[in-house]
Amino acid sequence: MILGCLFVAITNFFALGGPWVLKKAIDALRQQATAGSLLKYAGLIVAIAAFEGFFRFLMRKTIISASRRIEYDLRNDFFAHLQRLSQSFYHRTKTGDLMARASNDLEAVRQIVGPAVMYSLNTLTSMAAFGAMVYIDLNLTLLAMLPFPVMALVVNRLAKRLNKAHRLIQTQYAAITSKVQDNLAGIRIVKAYGREATEVIDFDGLNQDFIDKNLSMVKIRGLLTASMALLIGSGSLIVLWYGGRQVVQGTISLGEFVAFFAYLSMLTWPMIALGWVINLVQQGIASMGRINQIMATEPEIADGDGESSDLPVIRGEIEFRNVSLAYDDIPVLHEIDLLIEEGSMVAIIGPTGSGKSTLVNLIPRLIDATEGSILIDGVDVRRLPLYKLRECIGYAPQDTFLFSDTMDANIGFGIQEQPRNEIDNAAEIAQIRQDILEFPKAFDTILGERGINISGGQKQRTALARAIIKKPRILILDDSFSAIDTYTEEEILRQLQGVMRERTSIIISHRVSTVKAAHQIIFLDGGRIVERGTHDELVALGGQYADLNEKQLLEEALENI
Amino acid sequence: MASQHSSTGNGIQEEEVLGKAYDARLMRRLLSFLRPYKLHVVLAVFTLLIASLGQLAGPYLVKLGIDEYISKGDVSGLSSVCALYLGMLVLEFTFQFLQAYLVNWIGQKAMYDLRSQIFAHIQTLPVAYFDRNPVGRIVTRVTTDVASLHQMLSSGAVAIFGDIFKLVGVVAVLLTLNPKLALVTFSVLPLLFYATFLFKKLVRETYRTIRIRIARISAFLQENITGMAIVQLFNREQRNFEMFQKLNFDHLDAYLRTILYYATFYPVVNLISALAIGMIIWHGGGGILQGTLTFGALVAFIQYAEMFFRPIMDLSEKYNIMQSAMASSERIFAIFDLESEPGYAVERKRDTTFRGEIEFRNVWFAYNGEDYVLQDVSFKAQPGETIAFVGATGAGKTSIMNLLLRYYEPSRGEILVDGRNVNSLNPLDLRECFGMVLQDVFIFDGTVAHNIRLGNAAISDEQLLQAARSVHADSFVAKLPQKYDNLVLERGKGLSSGQRQLLSFARALAYDPPVLILDEATSSVDTATEHLIQDALERLMANRTALVVAHRLSTIQNADRIIVMHKGKIREAGKHQELLAQRGIYFKLYRLQYEYKESKHVA
Repeated sequence: MILGCLFVAITNFFALGGPWVLKKAIDALRQQATAGSLLKYAGLIVAIAAFEGFFRFLMRKTIISASRRIEYDLRNDFFAHLQRLSQSFYHRTKTGDLMARASNDLEAVRQIVGPAVMYSLNTLTSMAAFGAMVYIDLNLTLLAMLPFPVMALVVNRLAKRLNKAHRLIQTQYAAITSKVQDNLAGIRIVKAYGREATEVIDFDGLNQDFIDKNLSMVKIRGLLTASMALLIGSGSLIVLWYGGRQVVQGTISLGEFVAFFAYLSMLTWPMIALGWVINLVQQGIASMGRINQIMATEPEIADGDGESSDLPVIRGEIEFRNVSLAYDDIPVLHEIDLLIEEGSMVAIIGPTGSGKSTLVNLIPRLIDATEGSILIDGVDVRRLPLYKLRECIGYAPQDTFLFSDTMDANIGFGIQEQPRNEIDNAAEIAQIRQDILEFPKAFDTILGERGINISGGQKQRTALARAIIKKPRILILDDSFSAIDTYTEEEILRQLQGVMRERTSIIISHRVSTVKAAHQIIFLDGGRIVERGTHDELVALGGQYADLNEKQLLEEALENI
Repeated sequence: MASQHSSTGNGIQEEEVLGKAYDARLMRRLLSFLRPYKLHVVLAVFTLLIASLGQLAGPYLVKLGIDEYISKGDVSGLSSVCALYLGMLVLEFTFQFLQAYLVNWIGQKAMYDLRSQIFAHIQTLPVAYFDRNPVGRIVTRVTTDVASLHQMLSSGAVAIFGDIFKLVGVVAVLLTLNPKLALVTFSVLPLLFYATFLFKKLVRETYRTIRIRIARISAFLQENITGMAIVQLFNREQRNFEMFQKLNFDHLDAYLRTILYYATFYPVVNLISALAIGMIIWHGGGGILQGTLTFGALVAFIQYAEMFFRPIMDLSEKYNIMQSAMASSERIFAIFDLESEPGYAVERKRDTTFRGEIEFRNVWFAYNGEDYVLQDVSFKAQPGETIAFVGATGAGKTSIMNLLLRYYEPSRGEILVDGRNVNSLNPLDLRECFGMVLQDVFIFDGTVAHNIRLGNAAISDEQLLQAARSVHADSFVAKLPQKYDNLVLERGKGLSSGQRQLLSFARALAYDPPVLILDEATSSVDTATEHLIQDALERLMANRTALVVAHRLSTIQNADRIIVMHKGKIREAGKHQELLAQRGIYFKLYRLQYEYKESKHVA
């Protein structure tokens, strides 16, 4: 960076040479120079430009490269930090917002360290031109410089207004985006109720607002460029008027007069750049603030303070002790007491939104309880290192998320090495192996945007294989069979029983058929355990579970027509 | 101008491959959006010309000052040139402002039209289109792509025009001042063009690489943010970080190469410019010595030569803008080229009132090819009747609803409403006949009231309240801090599934349609809400035709007709008692239920 500054200085030093030679040449011409000396001046101008160019090259290369490297580091840091943040953060924060910070804001920050630094240094050192001008004539210089302070003032004030207008536009743009998103997601309802016309009117209103805000910014921007041109021009005007007089009076030579013009124009660009730089810096600072806001977010869930030696091997007994949880003061779980014995199978069932997923998310500490504690083998999970805790858990979450990578990589996602036979085995248990072998490139088939799209059921089975391959002490399946037909589900459950013998498993489901065999069934409603027991006990109880069982028997019968 | 728009959307979903910077066919379509503003365009071009002329006049006035007055020692004459210069400055100021404002005004207006039109057009597209295309992609068309077009209109196209005009102007002035010296000056141009051309080619290549690599970073980042829970659960932080670092480095690497090109290009152009000035001094100086050139002209030449270079250098920048704008407009026009739902062409009959008679006549339907999900389906519902559809998932129940609303067209057969073929009606008229309540209730951004009324001003506050009351939605709304004006969170978060159902009942009731299409929710709700829903459903179905995908025995038993579907075919149809007498599928179902109930009593 220091080297970069040096290059800026040298570049500007050489830049001063050009007009000086010009002055010499013109003055020489007045005194009837020879053609030979003219060639000498011409050559000198080119030579100086060559030197200047060389250092300008070095300057750009050093400074801009440095800014790109800083961007690289920042982006790495940002990503690494995101990885440490807990799920509650991701619930609060929209993906689009984070993406914007990682792209737009990062770029704005880079602009400060790169272009902004380069141009402001440039402005600073080009003040040397000012020296050259003073050398020619002090009075003329002072007069010619008159517009510059005005220019700096105007640029600065307008830039501020510009920034404000810019922010308003951004907000409005976001409003338009969410309107379109909302409309498209609900298009069936829009059409069913014939709301197309009113939707268009709503949208047009937002659109009109957006245009109006843009136009008010355009006004400021137009004023800015136009006044810039005016002020630059008035500098030239002063030189023409006063400098012209001085040439006539013989105070300065015609060559000096011409060189003065050249120096003045050398100063104008940095002055304009200054206004622009101020803008860049302002935006950059705002962006840096937005990035720092994320970087300063402390992970709510971090490694426990307990020694990992507390638990040499995790066996898999889980206990919820008087656990309550609230999101933003809205209670989600109430005083949950639950003991899951090592090696047993527990099923959780209940209406949507009753807190089933939240309950199991507490075990691998995707969230922490507001009150009470969760113990594994008698140790509070908050005292365990995250790595160790999560290593012993195989989890297939409700939203099946797979990466745009090969089937191989997706199934072996959680293990260090990915031996063929283990992947095969896990895929077999999850009943996905046959499907994969029928894909174009079998296990090397890439999923997602650039690869093939697989069905919801296939996704669920892949996620299942991903959880199973870890051979976890604790297996959590959150509604993992919802898109899988009952026959395949039974097959998977049968195979799992072999693998999971002596291991703990927790299964969330909407289907009674899935949970029937569990050692313990928990019926959650409104964040409370309202019924618990075995299938037979709950059916005999005649409560909500029994009701659900009735509905599903009907459906099952329909399936089997 | 565009930086404010370049939000995250673009480049994430697709690796943008850039094509041509100019495509006459696309350009013509784009220009058609300027047609309403013809007069403004003419005015903008006019102001642009004046503003450019102002810029061109500067060096010439300096020349005049030097030759006519300074050289001759005429101070008062100098003052008059200065006055002229001042006048020119004010003129330039005014017209430059006017020009900038006009151009952007036109750009904004055209973008407003384009954005409104594309949104309106999207509203008319068939549901099949939305089934095939992810929401995010369509959103990008309306937002980012339109923004990139705006950038082209306001800073690309017009600026190119201005630059070219300025270039031509400089050439003309120089030729008039001194043709010989002008030609000497122009001799560096091939060099300049060659350098620019080479640079542009190299940069274009690396920019493509950069775009692809930044898209990869974005895709990876987005995927990791969305799947962060998985990354953390599976202890993959370190490995994914290494993958990210590699992508990030590839991006850096590509950029460093571009920097090299830029760092070389600008100095080279400077050098060429110095070469031009050197030649002007050498040749022009000779001219002065021989008396064929004045000092003023020499100075003007030098100043004009400098005016020459910036536009040429800028052109390569504009090239990028044009390129991405062309790509955007291609995507936008692809949407405009999609056909609207066929029915929109039918003239609207605003006074249609429906009795609510529905008939399917031998309807066959397949989403793709010959894969029939409905086979020879026929049934008729008299006004006011309730028809219950019973069948497993994939039996074709949803497809019947899709066809009835004309979301899709049947492959064979006819669908009639009040004896009229649905194809003879504008979908807007047809759909007025229906109220739709789906399992998965969609909640819009906005207030509770908005979610019931959906922007229909014809529904009065009184009607709205009445509807909410009779389906028992009133009780939970009353508990919200701002009642009906309470904003609903994103997609109805914070409302229970039961509350969402009640809200959608209120919506259907407020519209008071003659026919109700109802897909009963299977998700379980607590017993209290279940009772409310049962009662609300009865009120909702009273006095109108109801087609119900039924999951509740009560709904099924009370239906005027029960249709048992299996694999796209109607297997049984009739009243509860009739079907029982048939001793077929329905009978088996019923017996199963009955036995279950009995067994529960025994237990």
